[in-house]
Amino acid sequence: MRRVLVVGASAAGLAAAETLRREGYDGTLTLVGDEPLAPYDRPPLSKQLLSAEWESDRLALRTADDLAALGLDLRLGVAATGLHLADRTVRLADGTTVPYDGLILATGVRPRRLSGEGAHVLRTLDDALALRDRLTPGTRLVVVGAGFLGAEAAAVAWRLGAEVTLLEPAPVPLAHAVGTEVGQMLTGAHLERGVNLRCGVTVREVTEEGVRLADGELIEADEVLVAVGSLPNTEWLDGSGLTVGDGVVCDEYCEAARNVYAAGDVARWYNPLFGVSMRIEHRTNAAEQGMAAARNLLDPEGRKAFAPVPYFWSDQYDMKIQAYGYLRGHDEVAVVDGDLADRRFVAVYRTGGRVTGALAAGMPPRAIRTWRQAIMSGVNWSEAVRTEEVVQGGTAL
Amino acid sequence: MKVELEADKCVASGQCVLAAMEVFDQDDDGIAILLDEQVADGQLDDVREAIAVCPAAAIRLVEQ
Repeated sequence: MRRVLVVGASAAGLAAAETLRREGYDGTLTLVGDEPLAPYDRPPLSKQLLSAEWESDRLALRTADDLAALGLDLRLGVAATGLHLADRTVRLADGTTVPYDGLILATGVRPRRLSGEGAHVLRTLDDALALRDRLTPGTRLVVVGAGFLGAEAAAVAWRLGAEVTLLEPAPVPLAHAVGTEVGQMLTGAHLERGVNLRCGVTVREVTEEGVRLADGELIEADEVLVAVGSLPNTEWLDGSGLTVGDGVVCDEYCEAARNVYAAGDVARWYNPLFGVSMRIEHRTNAAEQGMAAARNLLDPEGRKAFAPVPYFWSDQYDMKIQAYGYLRGHDEVAVVDGDLADRRFVAVYRTGGRVTGALAAGMPPRAIRTWRQAIMSGVNWSEAVRTEEVVQGGTAL
Repeated sequence: MKVELEADKCVASGQCVLAAMEVFDQDDDGIAILLDEQVADGQLDDVREAIAVCPAAAIRLVEQ
C-alpha cells in the first residue's frame, strides 16, 4: 500500500493519519478537509470557546510542527465530491482527482436545520464565534433542542447574562438517551437558574422575530440557536456503491468495502461488545475509531473488531456529566451511588440482562471507572445491582 | 522522552489513565495528573496511545 487517502480532517481523520505513520506506513498520505483550518477540537465550541474563556488558538489539535512531522499531502478547504470504487479515486471540489490504495472516510456530520433563515447552528469554529458575538447580557436567546449541545449552549448563554428560552419537543429532555429520571434532574438544573425550559413543544420555523411553534405561537428572540441533531455527511458517496444508511455502513472492523474504512461521526459500524450497529457522535470515539480503522487498513491479516465502550461527557452549569457504554434503548436504570437529588450520583443502565451503561455527575472518577469495566466484561445486571437501587423500571429481565 | 500535561485543558475523561496507567492518574475532580514525567522506553507506546485518545489534546511528548 503506497497511497492512503483520509477524507475528513477533524478528530477521526487526524487520529487515522497519525496512527498510519506511527504504525510505520511511509507512503503518500493525503488528508482532505472541507474546512480551511488545521484540525481543531470541537467539544470546547459549546463550552470554553462560546464562553470566551478560551480563544480559537487553544482549539488546535496539533501544533504546526507536529502536523508537519506527519509528512502529509494536506488539502484543506476542499470538500470531496465523489468516490469511484472501481477506479479507486476520490474527486475533490477543486476539480482534482486523488487516487488511493487505501481510503478512510471521516467526513463527520453537519447540523440539522429548521426552515426559515437567520438561525445559528453550532458545529464549526465560525459557528461558535458568530454565536458568541451575539451573546451579550440581556440578549433574548431561543435554543431549539435541549440535547447535550443545546443544554451546554444554554448554560453558557445563561452565565453570560442572556435571557434563555430552551425548547424541547420531548416531554423530558434526553430521556431517550439517559432515562427519564436523569433527564428530570437535568431539567431541574435549567429551571432553578431561571432558564425558561419548555418541553413538549415543536418549532415549525425560524422567523425574523424569533421562532414560530407548531401551534402558531410566536416566541420572540434576538438570536436563535438550532441544536436539533445532525446528519452524516454521506451525500458525496451517493452512487459510489457503498452502503449508506444513517452513516457509512461498516462491518465490525470499520470496513465499508475492500480497503475502504470509515471512522468517527459518519461511521455506522457493528459493535460486537453490544451486539448492535451504532453510529457514535462522541469526541473520544472519533479518535479511537480513527486509530482502529488505520490499523485494520494496514494489517488486514491481523485486523481486530472495533468493540469500544463509548464515552462522553457534558458540562452544564456547575455539573460535569460523564457516561460510559451504550445507553440508548435501555430497559432499566438504577442509582448505585450518591443521590439524584444532590446531583452527585452514579446511575447504571440495563439492556437485556446486562449492565450496558453508566452515567455519573459530581463523583470522583474511580466511582464510574469500575462500571466501565463491568460494561466491558458484560456483567450480569442481577449480580451488580440491588433491586432497591432501581429508580426507573422497564420491561422485566 | 518527557511527557507534558496541560492540566487546564483536561476534560477529566480519564482516557489517559486507561491507556497508560503507570504514567497518569486522576485527582478527585477527574483532572489528569502525571505520576512520572519521565517516560521509560517500555511505556512509550502507551503514552502515544494516551496522546491519541485524549479528547482535549492536553498531552504531549517532548524530546529532552
